[in-house]
Amino acid sequence: MSVLNLSAVLSSRALWATGPSPDVPAADVVIDVRDLRMRYGRTDVLDGISFTARRGEVLAVLGPNGAGKTTTIEILEGFRMRSAGRVSVLGVDPAHGGEAWRARLGVVLQSWRDHAKWQVRELLAHLGSYYAPYSEPGRRRPWDVDELIAAVGLTEHAHKKVRRLSGGQRRRLDVAIGIVGRPELLFLDEPTAGFDPEARRDFHDLVHRLADQEEATIVLTTHDLDEAERLADRILILAGGRIIADGSADELSHRMSTQAEVRWSRDGQRFVHPADEPTRFVRDLFRQYGESIEDLEVRRASLEDTYMALVRQAESGADGDAPARLFSVVAR
Amino acid sequence: MNAQLAAARLGVRRGWIELRQMFTTPSDLAVILISAAVFVGVMLFMRTSRVPGTGFSLGTAELVSVLGMNVGFTGMATLAGVLAIEREDGTLLRAKTIPHGMTGYLIGKMVTTSGVILFSVVGTLVTGLFLFRGLAVGHAGAWLTLIWVLALGLAATLPIGAVLGSLFPSARSAGLLPLMASGLVAISGIFYPITHLPQWLQWIGQAFPLYWLGLGMRSALLPPGLASVEIGHSWRHLATFGVLAGWTAVGLMLAPVVLRRMARRESGSTVAARRERVLLRAG
Repeated sequence: MSVLNLSAVLSSRALWATGPSPDVPAADVVIDVRDLRMRYGRTDVLDGISFTARRGEVLAVLGPNGAGKTTTIEILEGFRMRSAGRVSVLGVDPAHGGEAWRARLGVVLQSWRDHAKWQVRELLAHLGSYYAPYSEPGRRRPWDVDELIAAVGLTEHAHKKVRRLSGGQRRRLDVAIGIVGRPELLFLDEPTAGFDPEARRDFHDLVHRLADQEEATIVLTTHDLDEAERLADRILILAGGRIIADGSADELSHRMSTQAEVRWSRDGQRFVHPADEPTRFVRDLFRQYGESIEDLEVRRASLEDTYMALVRQAESGADGDAPARLFSVVAR
Repeated sequence: MNAQLAAARLGVRRGWIELRQMFTTPSDLAVILISAAVFVGVMLFMRTSRVPGTGFSLGTAELVSVLGMNVGFTGMATLAGVLAIEREDGTLLRAKTIPHGMTGYLIGKMVTTSGVILFSVVGTLVTGLFLFRGLAVGHAGAWLTLIWVLALGLAATLPIGAVLGSLFPSARSAGLLPLMASGLVAISGIFYPITHLPQWLQWIGQAFPLYWLGLGMRSALLPPGLASVEIGHSWRHLATFGVLAGWTAVGLMLAPVVLRRMARRESGSTVAARRERVLLRAG
């Protein structure tokens, strides 16, 4: 990675740590959702959602099944109408997004058995050519097909028919199709379901590359908290049609639990102690016992603990209002 | 507009690619060849039978009618079935995520279907020239008529096929289409002169493009004398043109509306829900 890219990464990481502020240039806001509502009959699937995403940001949307993740994503993709609220994606209302707008988006679908007779390279070259009229200065569309195939690790399968691919290879192809138009904004629905650990690692590298080098904004839904933590600059947790948390993995766990767990051993005996202020606790520990403290470990709540606690709290909340206020990490 | 044009060209490319895939996939090729061979075989048995009221071979007359049936059947039922299947398996959604992808997809399907139709019509006709007597192909008029009937027939049936494919809720229910089309074949004078049917069935038969496709093909490839066994003792070229053009107009009016409506509904979750249903049935 070049120095330039690295500095871009660092600066983008530095930006999000402070949270989106009102002085983010408008051109950098890729997704802007205000009070989005979706109602089917008498059920509110989305009950007033607001969030933004900036250029180059990786946003993970987490939440239990039925929380409204898919509905939100499909509204942003322009595949579903909303009941109320304001939505702007790449400066356009997705309900009226034309084909030129569509050319700037990428959608990674969970494939099943479509295009079974097509060869990998043939399919990517064909689908990519629809993007050619939409090239922009600095963003030549589509992606060079052989480069793309290499990027998703399908080079040795380039001339295989799609139906001969394994499940994991098919998912790589799905990703390749999603990014063939070099999107400025990419939607991924459960991208690594069915990946082996190596494929998952490759995929994570690819996502980072897209965000850093291509300055693509990436919105992904996942059930894999580990993945969300590793990939996402920011995490949105949805429950019951509301955003119950919005922030980086770190911010979420700090906000959720100030308590950490301190483990140590002394004279061959193991100790475990919860501490509200672990730093002070450890300092006291050393002051008291000095050299005889061994195997010291301080553990913050993991994202999984945080997530479980947040969702439980949201679900037990009578109207869900309290947790929404409590855990909305990012102040607007 | 430029991008739309480019997408239309890509659609034609897509059609060619899928045609090539069909003709290099043994099972696909076998379906096309066998269905053509079955008809030729059946007609061979009828070679010595006579068209009622004439001395002309019934086998030859039917073979020509079958060419017309091929166009209508494949253009409507097969295209509709393919659309229903590919909506279910996510091919259409894939097209929808791509700029002008739907345009390309639909044009591609029309090209592929037309290609299969042309192949089986030409293949059957060439085989017929060797095996059957009485085909009147010795003059340019025959080929001219064949070409305009074929072209107008495709224009009349493909949009209707696309509309039907969009209306059926699942690939399984679209499986009823060939059945319904077969019923239509029975009253369209393909295998037996329509004049031998009750009057009211004749009217129903004449409302659909299938009858006119058969008539048009007969007018192109059979000796002029055989017009005497048709309704009104005539090939009725004007009426053939009128009815097929009418269906073309209806199809072109309905197709954009219905297809747009169908496309609008496609999303990841609708495809996932269908997949779930299909897997449940299979499991």
